[in-house]
Amino acid sequence: MRKIYLDNAATTRVRPEVAEVMMTHLVEKYGNPSSVHSFGREARVAVEEARGQVAALIGAKPEEIIFTSGGTEADNLALKGVARANRSKGNHIITTRIEHHAILHTAEALEKEGLEVTYLPVDQYGLVDPEEVRRSIKASTILISVMAANNEVGTVQPIREIGVIAREKGVYFHTDAVQAVGNIPIDVNADHIDLLSLSGHKIYGPKGVGVLYIRRGTRIQPIVHGGAHERNKRAGTENVPGIVGLSKAAELARIELKEHMDYLKGLRDRLISGLLSIEDVQLNGHPERRLPGNVNVSVRYVEGEAMLLSLDLKGIAASSGSACTSGSLEPSHVLLAMGIPHEVAHGSLRFSLGKFNTQEDVDYVLEVLPEIVQRLRSMSPFAAAR
Amino acid sequence: MYSEKVMDHFMNPRNVGELDTANAVAEVGNPVCGDVMKMYLEIKDGRIRDIRFKTFGCGAAIATSSMVTEMVKGKTIDEALAITNRAVAEALGGLPGNKLHCSNLAADAVHKAIHEYLLKLKEEEKQAV
Ligand code: FES
Repeated sequence: MRKIYLDNAATTRVRPEVAEVMMTHLVEKYGNPSSVHSFGREARVAVEEARGQVAALIGAKPEEIIFTSGGTEADNLALKGVARANRSKGNHIITTRIEHHAILHTAEALEKEGLEVTYLPVDQYGLVDPEEVRRSIKASTILISVMAANNEVGTVQPIREIGVIAREKGVYFHTDAVQAVGNIPIDVNADHIDLLSLSGHKIYGPKGVGVLYIRRGTRIQPIVHGGAHERNKRAGTENVPGIVGLSKAAELARIELKEHMDYLKGLRDRLISGLLSIEDVQLNGHPERRLPGNVNVSVRYVEGEAMLLSLDLKGIAASSGSACTSGSLEPSHVLLAMGIPHEVAHGSLRFSLGKFNTQEDVDYVLEVLPEIVQRLRSMSPFAAAR
Repeated sequence: MYSEKVMDHFMNPRNVGELDTANAVAEVGNPVCGDVMKMYLEIKDGRIRDIRFKTFGCGAAIATSSMVTEMVKGKTIDEALAITNRAVAEALGGLPGNKLHCSNLAADAVHKAIHEYLLKLKEEEKQAV
């Protein structure tokens, strides 16, 4: 059976070039970068080269790149590290209601430590209003954390405007750029970003490796204690195969960015217009300010998991914000924050395109989905009136 | 994550649709995840002659709806009332833990339809007296 992977926002396939360099560092150059011997030295060289590659992708300096175990740890380090290191300055953090759980649950944990957190609302497209950010800043505000682009609906946030406000007010600005990096241009200087999280496996690199960019001079405390790795900001022997894999992925992402964006946008727009031609289907997220590979729609009168199962039987992998697909049995907090009613969130479907997808993949989805929707609608009590 | 039996009932649901001859209809909503199941029963001489369902919900919700219709069709009211949610899940070869509440919906919908039918019957008897 034909198999089509359209869940690239969940994770991506590792590029062959990436797998190749990783293999070398698994079986040949396997030294510990902290060792003084030749094995250690060659591993150290690889890690420092990787730092340079990742820095180049976001316009940072190599010494501002801290390797972590992934995007989640980077988010934890940003929030907890800044909050704990700046208690004398204040205890207020501003974030949004549509962040990834790595941010939201970390913020909740910090609230238990006595921090005050403001969760900003978003509009119907999932956009944060920079003026709302400005109005929420108080004397005690130490950090603003707003994602660069949303993982579910793909809305691209006005991070530059927010960065300008943060800089002007002397508040640190963190952005969770896990979905954005490699898919849209990001420059930590132009965008006035002080901290930025990114992840390897969303950009055709390996799982288990990520980065927190920390602007030089930012007051931050480690959350993982141990050896003096990563400039005393993150203890633990470096995940060298992961780091060199991420490096290769970052290098290719930087070189191919423009071409990659254009390619994905073409597929995305073809898929969106095809989906919208099915009756009672609406687009979730912003029509223009949208990640090049993100498609998120709600299909009225049917439930998301039932659609995912049916698509899976046709070999198509997608995801949904339906309550029935989440462990908590709550519909997507992102869709709800955008004011989308429960029953519409229930019928949401996300297709996230990647560089290995083709126009044939898109056309195949458009060929099989209408039948699936029709079959499920014929069983739905809500569609009965139709 | 679903058994073969669940997938079979999901893909080839039995007794799906509405029923013109229905004299007992009930709708139940799932407070946990917001799904809705509607049952149409035709009851005659204390027996479920025919049954149909319509469901808005996940694969498990559709499969349990389908399964319960198969289990109660042709049964007496008492037999149908004795069929538990658990029995429905078991007949499907089990359900993932977080989907057990979906099976609640199916038997509940049938029971609710029967109870409403019995209530109506009583009212009619009262009026006849
Ligand atoms: S109907 Fe929502 S989880 Fe089954």
